[in-house]
Amino acid sequence: MAVTAISQQPFLEKLLAASRRFYRWVSSPHVILALIMLAVMVYMVLIPLYRMLMTTITFQESDLRYARDAEVGKFTLFHWIRMLSSQISKIMTYEPLVHSITISLGATFLSFTIGGAMAWMVVRTDMPGRRMINLLATVPYIMPSWTIAMAWTVMFKNRTTGGTPGVFEFLVGQAPPDWLAYGPVPIIFSSALHYYTFFFLFVTAALMSIDSSLEEAGELMGANRWRILRKITFPLVIPALMSGFIMTFSKTMGTFGGPNVLGVPVRYYTLSTMLRSNTGIGNYGDGFVLAIMLILFAMTTIFLNQKVVGTRKSYETIGGRGFMAQKTKLRNWRGFLTGLVIAFQILVAVLPLALLIWSTLMLRTGNYSLSNLSLAHWIGESVETINNGEPGVLRNPAVYRGAWNSIKLALNTAFFTAVLGVVLGYAIVKGRGTRLSKILEQIAFVPYVIPGIAFGAVYISMFTRPVGPIPALYGTFALLVVVSVAKHIPYSARTGVASMLQVGRELEEAAIVSGASPWQRFRRIIFPLTSAGFVSGFLLTFITTMRELSLIILLVTPTTAVLASMTMRYIENGNEQQANAVILVLITLVLIGNFVIGRFRGGSLKKGLGM
Amino acid sequence: MTTTITIKNLTKRFGDVVAVDKVSLTIDPGSFLTLLGPSGCGKTTLLRCISGLEDPDGGEIFIGDRLVYSHAKGISVPPGQRELGLVFQNYALWPHMTVYKNMTFALEIKKLPKVELESRVKEALAEVQMTGYEDRYPREMSGGQQQRIALARMLAYRPKVFLMDEPLSNLDARLRMDMRAELKHLHHVAGATTVYVTHDQVEALTMSTKIAVMKDGVLQQVDTPDRVYHFPANLFVADFIGNPKVNLLEGVISGPNLVNLGGFDVPVGTCGMTGEVVLAVRPEDISISINRDPSAIEFNAYSVLPAGADSTIIAQRGEVEITVRVMGISKIKIGEPIWLKFDPETMNLYDKGSGNLVASRPQ
Repeated sequence: MAVTAISQQPFLEKLLAASRRFYRWVSSPHVILALIMLAVMVYMVLIPLYRMLMTTITFQESDLRYARDAEVGKFTLFHWIRMLSSQISKIMTYEPLVHSITISLGATFLSFTIGGAMAWMVVRTDMPGRRMINLLATVPYIMPSWTIAMAWTVMFKNRTTGGTPGVFEFLVGQAPPDWLAYGPVPIIFSSALHYYTFFFLFVTAALMSIDSSLEEAGELMGANRWRILRKITFPLVIPALMSGFIMTFSKTMGTFGGPNVLGVPVRYYTLSTMLRSNTGIGNYGDGFVLAIMLILFAMTTIFLNQKVVGTRKSYETIGGRGFMAQKTKLRNWRGFLTGLVIAFQILVAVLPLALLIWSTLMLRTGNYSLSNLSLAHWIGESVETINNGEPGVLRNPAVYRGAWNSIKLALNTAFFTAVLGVVLGYAIVKGRGTRLSKILEQIAFVPYVIPGIAFGAVYISMFTRPVGPIPALYGTFALLVVVSVAKHIPYSARTGVASMLQVGRELEEAAIVSGASPWQRFRRIIFPLTSAGFVSGFLLTFITTMRELSLIILLVTPTTAVLASMTMRYIENGNEQQANAVILVLITLVLIGNFVIGRFRGGSLKKGLGM
Repeated sequence: MTTTITIKNLTKRFGDVVAVDKVSLTIDPGSFLTLLGPSGCGKTTLLRCISGLEDPDGGEIFIGDRLVYSHAKGISVPPGQRELGLVFQNYALWPHMTVYKNMTFALEIKKLPKVELESRVKEALAEVQMTGYEDRYPREMSGGQQQRIALARMLAYRPKVFLMDEPLSNLDARLRMDMRAELKHLHHVAGATTVYVTHDQVEALTMSTKIAVMKDGVLQQVDTPDRVYHFPANLFVADFIGNPKVNLLEGVISGPNLVNLGGFDVPVGTCGMTGEVVLAVRPEDISISINRDPSAIEFNAYSVLPAGADSTIIAQRGEVEITVRVMGISKIKIGEPIWLKFDPETMNLYDKGSGNLVASRPQ
């Protein structure tokens, strides 16, 4: 049978052949999945962003108060002008901006110093107790980021905001100065003490990845210790350090908890807290301008980070071969320094919890006598004069509902993140090199760029109205799940792609040749093998969702409240002790979850953090 | 199993790179055809096109009488329906399944009765000498054992065509030799049409009924091992086949049946050609002597490499360097003068410009 040259074929035949080819392409499973995923991600990521942008350049209902000729829905630069170059810009935009930057820089520097020094001592000296130090280092990171901020209030609060004396005043007899009680200093310190772990693990990994033969070569050529450090070690480690610096800066720019607890009471606003003030009263147009600023900041830092590290999107360290560099001997300093490090860690891990527990055991704040000790805040019945009549935390149906919501949210998020990840991994890897696959990967990266609080803001604008067939989700629990899963999409995609690459295409091809249908292949080969990659990530997703605040604070309602948001509500209502009790419940749940899930499949926080 | 595979004008592109360039090939029923060539020559791509895992950009493929691929008609039968078996380089055994489950995966899809499954597994395992391994997991077995199971998996499927993609590349040298013998025996017993991909020319020579040498997506020569070895169609094939490598000596035709290789003439059939040529002579076809011989050409022993059953001697004269192979352990010393004798009946002549064979040794 002779093969007809393509150009000589009658048009109809060519059309038939082309349509057959198209049908084959579009019905291949990874293309179908990719198209579905594309639709999902456009809905979950791109449309919200678009809507948010539109909100800032159209008149909103709340603007009718301010602008006389406003027409809802009409195009306008009103919000931008108001926020950037009007009389109130200073208070609304520029001061919060400066505050955010100050805090981020301060916190990043401080945690870098602490974490870096600790890492150096553990890795490069003969300090003992490395395992204990590593373990203790992860504790503050497991706790919600504003735990230390709350404990700080217990300790250092003064009368600026009214209220009762704090522990410091009780012990020392004098109220702490304003700068120590509220404002930038406490926020920086409490942030740094939470994030130092991140730097500690990061710098440890960087130091351990240095190929020792590079240093040994220097040593053999006669360089002394200092020179090697300066000229060989440092330059190798610096890109990784800079990357960690940039990423921590980016993270702290968007945090909400600490600034809310320690800044708002004295009107020290950051971009995140100012954003919430605005959206809280319905000023979406103005608020979203701030959200966009946060996003632009984050984009810049990621861009810088990529310049520093290369094209990798996560903080991977330099690959190095073996490690066994010479350790500095601490000699006389050994005992002292080891003691210092461990004492510091215990302080940071244990003291805040101790303070919080103590405060919940006092019937009335400010009264530090033994007669004031009581379990009322835990198991007390409802009393008019205490906590506005709310029963003790362990008897409080609202708290139980909040706890259940937290757990539900964390489990749902972890589950859907895994499912999404498996599908995304398959679609992206099988379609490697095609435009569809690249587009998918790029969109999947977008939520990474958006700080939590801005992402939450993005979703407000989105779900007050239905989108096509999907009903408005505002105020529902489903909304929280959707926003959590959406924020985790970059992680899903990254893990899914890595899993899928590890499985390799041949295992699926062997199934194809055996005559398996796409569904059979997915069910019996792909899913069992790729989901294994998500089991260790399940723990990390669970923990991060349990203690997530910035992302959901703008979206919760009393019925959908989770423990994290409840702590904020109680603080803002003046029920300090109840807030402390609730956060202790949250921490306990996180620790239990860590234990249970960790035992189940041996995932570790370190591994989950990607180190 | 008598299935012919017919490939017509098959083309496959990856972006701007043409991996398979209008290849036409007929694979005889029951034969063992090896696709041989260096990395990137298109052999694996061609195999994958036959299997249906890769979608070509042009041409047609028939398995038996059945058209399984046609670009002009837009037809492409899914791999699972082409009734062929594929053995991968990395074995591709599913790690979360036992050997038994691995082998019966395809059969369960076909909904064969359990009794049939069990008998096929038993039979296939016996054929690869892995009886009793039904309940093992892949990670519990060595590379060689996994490869046998991969083979058994294909045998249990009873396909019409066997496709193998460098199945022995991941095994160590000794194991490779053993497996070659087993594969050849299996082919003989099963009688299925087999397409085998490798870059190892020794493997191709020992196992195939026919070899198809490829370079840059183009077929260079399709012939029996004997003919590919003794009558390579061009310089690429001559160079690729043979261990130690064939001597390719540049020269000029200096007279009727004479080629000048740089200071000395060698008698060889020239079939009336003129101009610049390349002479191809295999190391084992040159005789060497330490005694002065006026009919031979004097060289200098540059290097002597004895290796047990035979020895390799590098002979040098001016710019010309020739590799010679002799049996046994040579007593020649480095630096010694040696005399090389060429036999015109063992040499092929190639045109220098095109690289094609222009005058071959007697058939």
